[in-house]
Amino acid sequence: MDWAYIESVLPLYGKAAWLTLRTGAAGILLATLVGLLCAAALYWKVPVLRRITAAYVELSRNTPLLVQLFFIYYGLPKIGVKTDPEACGIIGLAFLGGGYMTEAFRSGVEAVDRIQEESALSLGLTRFRTFLHVILPQAAAVSSPAFMANVIFLMKETSVFSAVSLMDLMFTAKDQIGLYYRTTESLFLLVSAYLLILLPFSLLGTFWERRLRHAGFGT
Amino acid sequence: MAETVLSISHLTKRFGDQAILEDLSLEVREGEVVVIVGSSGCGKSTFLRCINALEDIQGGEIRLRGELIQSDRKNLPELRQKIGMVFQSYELFPHLTVLDNILLAPVRTQKRSRQDAREEALALLDRVGLKEKADSWPRQLSGGQKQRVAIVRALIMHPEILLFDEVTAALDPEMVREVLEVIVNLAEQGKTMIIVTHEMPFARAVADRIILLDDQRILEESDPETFFTDPKTDQAKKFLQTFEFSRKTKQRLKSPKGEFP
Repeated sequence: MDWAYIESVLPLYGKAAWLTLRTGAAGILLATLVGLLCAAALYWKVPVLRRITAAYVELSRNTPLLVQLFFIYYGLPKIGVKTDPEACGIIGLAFLGGGYMTEAFRSGVEAVDRIQEESALSLGLTRFRTFLHVILPQAAAVSSPAFMANVIFLMKETSVFSAVSLMDLMFTAKDQIGLYYRTTESLFLLVSAYLLILLPFSLLGTFWERRLRHAGFGT
Repeated sequence: MAETVLSISHLTKRFGDQAILEDLSLEVREGEVVVIVGSSGCGKSTFLRCINALEDIQGGEIRLRGELIQSDRKNLPELRQKIGMVFQSYELFPHLTVLDNILLAPVRTQKRSRQDAREEALALLDRVGLKEKADSWPRQLSGGQKQRVAIVRALIMHPEILLFDEVTAALDPEMVREVLEVIVNLAEQGKTMIIVTHEMPFARAVADRIILLDDQRILEESDPETFFTDPKTDQAKKFLQTFEFSRKTKQRLKSPKGEFP
């Protein structure tokens, strides 16, 4: 292992890691929003919208991210929408993640008894406030393991961003191997960088889940 | 005569082809306590749920002080604020403390200040003997305590009318009384209420009017003394007999040797 080489390329990997983290976080945030909206549409059984949502979930979960990215990256310009690689990656991740997040939140929301909704409605809360203040907080406890698994899964999925010429960690490592044949060092840096990004999420998730479970609202 | 609070005319409710309530009319005046009794599955609970549009109706109309209650109306949340409902299974929100359960609606929908609502909540909790439970979680309370909190949660909205849906049916017997006493208290304060219950002595004590629901309609409607001592219809007599029997059964179960008294 050539440590001097590793030191010299650290800034490069730092930049790539920042890009991975940035696009990943943005994509996950958007995916969470999409998931919440879709879960709400399913919970309220909004006509038409619930069918579109169901179709979307199947589409997003049953096609690979790489294919989705190609569609966005090469397909959208054909209908006149210009996409830069970073936006393309974020949108792709949000599209894929939205489906997974919808399922995570749906399972949580469905675990809350319907009469809880009726109880809140009968107090005069609007349906939106009922969802926000009564259903979602209870659903969160059920959804959190699936949610955290999705966060980690989506963060890892960013590794296909290199296919649309985003200079993320994967891209940088492949580039370095191609340029200097520094396979060992490059792979070592690649694994380390992903671990550094993902471990905190994983630990945070475990901690959060345990809190939610043990807080247990008074047990 | 006191003003009409709730007026229901020709209410019809069906689940699919099955009629639950047919052409049912009822007026409730201010300060009146109407108790609805009837055998299980006669539509008592459904009737209450129709009043605050938790069920949609297939015919007739329901008006609260003249305002139409309809599930597709924009003002439904406002109207529901004026109709307090207490459920059989309490339905406190498990993720909120007792105090936050009570404060959610007044703070979020009536835009009252938390401080002001909090004071009232504590005063109301005090009246039902639960002031020290304000910061407890619902899970830490007994059924009777939960139900009293649920009543406070409805009361803080200052509803025009209160609906009680078999509020003691899920309770252990020793907790029934603490809840019923709260309701009797409310009746004495002149609150307008519709109560669905299986507790006949309580019904007799609290009601201004008793309604027997059977066969999708109001079968008998009278003051409690008449209802319990001189029921007019055969169905009412039969209905009251079922309680006679169950009282004897209870006594038998309580007597040490287990024989009929």
